[in-house]
Amino acid sequence: MTVTATPPTLALARHEPRRATVSIGGTWRVTQRLPRLARARELLDQSPDTTQLDFDTTALTDWDSGLVTFIAGLEQVCRERGIRCDPQGLPAGLRKLLGLARSVPQTGRGGHAMQAAPSFIRRLGSDSLDLIKSTGEIMEFFGEGTLAFRNFVLGRARFRRSDLWLIMQESGADALPIVGLVSFLVGIILGYIGDQQLKDFGAQIYVADLVGLATVIQMGALVTAIVLSGRTGAAFAAQIGTMQVNEEIDALRTLGISPMEFLVLPRMLALIAMTPLLAIYADLLGILGGAFVGTVVGSLTLAAYLTETQIAIGWNHIIQGLIAATVYGAIVAASGCLRGMQCGRSAAAVGQATTSAVVTSIVFIVIAAAVLTILFDATGLS
Amino acid sequence: MTTAADTGASIAPDSPQIRLEGITLGYGDTLVQKDLSFDIRRGDVFVIMGGSGCGKSTVMRCVTGLLEPWAGRVLLQGESLWEQPPAARSMLMRRNGVMYQSGALWSSMTLEENICLPLEQYTDLAPEQMRAIAEYKLALVGLAGYGDYYPSEISGGMRKRVGVARAMALDPDTLFFDEPSAGLDPISARRLDELILELRDSLGTTMVVITHELDSIFTIADDSVFLDAETKTMLATGNPRELREHSPIAQVRTFLNRGEAGAYGSA
Repeated sequence: MTVTATPPTLALARHEPRRATVSIGGTWRVTQRLPRLARARELLDQSPDTTQLDFDTTALTDWDSGLVTFIAGLEQVCRERGIRCDPQGLPAGLRKLLGLARSVPQTGRGGHAMQAAPSFIRRLGSDSLDLIKSTGEIMEFFGEGTLAFRNFVLGRARFRRSDLWLIMQESGADALPIVGLVSFLVGIILGYIGDQQLKDFGAQIYVADLVGLATVIQMGALVTAIVLSGRTGAAFAAQIGTMQVNEEIDALRTLGISPMEFLVLPRMLALIAMTPLLAIYADLLGILGGAFVGTVVGSLTLAAYLTETQIAIGWNHIIQGLIAATVYGAIVAASGCLRGMQCGRSAAAVGQATTSAVVTSIVFIVIAAAVLTILFDATGLS
Repeated sequence: MTTAADTGASIAPDSPQIRLEGITLGYGDTLVQKDLSFDIRRGDVFVIMGGSGCGKSTVMRCVTGLLEPWAGRVLLQGESLWEQPPAARSMLMRRNGVMYQSGALWSSMTLEENICLPLEQYTDLAPEQMRAIAEYKLALVGLAGYGDYYPSEISGGMRKRVGVARAMALDPDTLFFDEPSAGLDPISARRLDELILELRDSLGTTMVVITHELDSIFTIADDSVFLDAETKTMLATGNPRELREHSPIAQVRTFLNRGEAGAYGSA
């Protein structure tokens, strides 16, 4: 049977000069609305010459930590004011709990709470050191990655072939619906923009050139890479990051198995192989999106649209797209795996690794797209 | 005699805090334990013991409302946990505090925030009152001053102690400890045992401890149940010190005598 809860009460009474008694009654449980310490301060302010404080808990029906912390706070207030507290009037269990909390050495003092906010110079120095450390980790990652790839070429890499096929399926075949949908819609957008501009000149047939070239040279690969970075790169970071948290990567290392070969290499190989294939598929769907606009909005026949596309696109354009897709695939895989390997040992760190993987891969994809465009122009491939 | 106001207790001392009636449970198609019936008295330290993989933690999940049994009833202070609608069951579950094996602290929150979260959700206390309670609970488990640390910044043993502090946040009627001594050094394990006894004596909280650490069992247990992995049911209940000497079941005596058959001889 549960004791009926009554409101907690707090009162101060004077019986003798300089001696007061705190009367505590009712139910003092954390689930009640409990009096604050400020109320006790107000009561003590009314008797400023008090030097001795007693407790009366005869009207107390039920209590828990809510009362314990209140009494602990009141004792602190009394110490500050030079008032002596006599705990005899408190329940025996409560006196014991107060003693228990006090008996433990306060080893954490001087921890984070006591540290002042770092100065600008200190933050600058700290951030610079973090940047140097991070750059070192990236270089180390690529160094180890290169060695792992060399071992793969020499047939000495230690990883499970079944993992490679599974990752290829998950990052390739399973991504077909989303890559197809996004590419088709991007084709429609490009087709609409082209149609609106070109119809003023009666040159709507060139919508096919615009959509075809833009898609095959860059957009197909770019759309594929961005979808993969959100879908597959983030998954790589989360998978490897969780393995860090669970000490699975330490277990691999203690067995003499390189995590770069066992975890990173199959993911890199899978995406380098699958991204160009997905990009070709994205190109086809993008062209189909453009054709949909050209035939429905632009009144072109499907045969005319496709013939014009065929004339516009050369092998050099297709090769550009495939090279770009391969580079983007490597960037997505490397970003996901790098952030996963750098992950800390907590659930929050896995979330940060995942976010960081997507941001890193998209930034580097855009940089790579710009660099590749210049390179293709310089080499005469465009 | 200790009164309710002395210990903060609010329940009649003789009624069982928890009663299991014919509990059978498992995962998917796999039976873990069957026909479990025993009482956990209010204010007792009750140990659920047995060999590895016998289903001790699974029984705890059932009693704490995380795993519905295949059959039977779990009564918390007379109220059937699994026959309640979800909202009422949630209210009942709140009467329990659980310390998980690894601490299971929320890694994105500081230790103080970990302890304050249940208080924020279920009480009307002012922020400074919640912080005072969190600080006090941390002090109780020997971690005063660590409130601003994150779980990733402290050791595994410290995480367990914070797990105890968080489990006590709402001053539950029953505290469950899942393998509290596992992974702790002997001194920390001993201190945790002492803490369990001190909290029980001071607050009158019922303690349910899942363990197979014999030193701990003999130090803290008032009552116990022995689960068997082979027959998938309970083999004995009672005080473990008495079971060690007088249990008619050889398997129980062997377990409690560290692999030797014990004084009673083979059954």
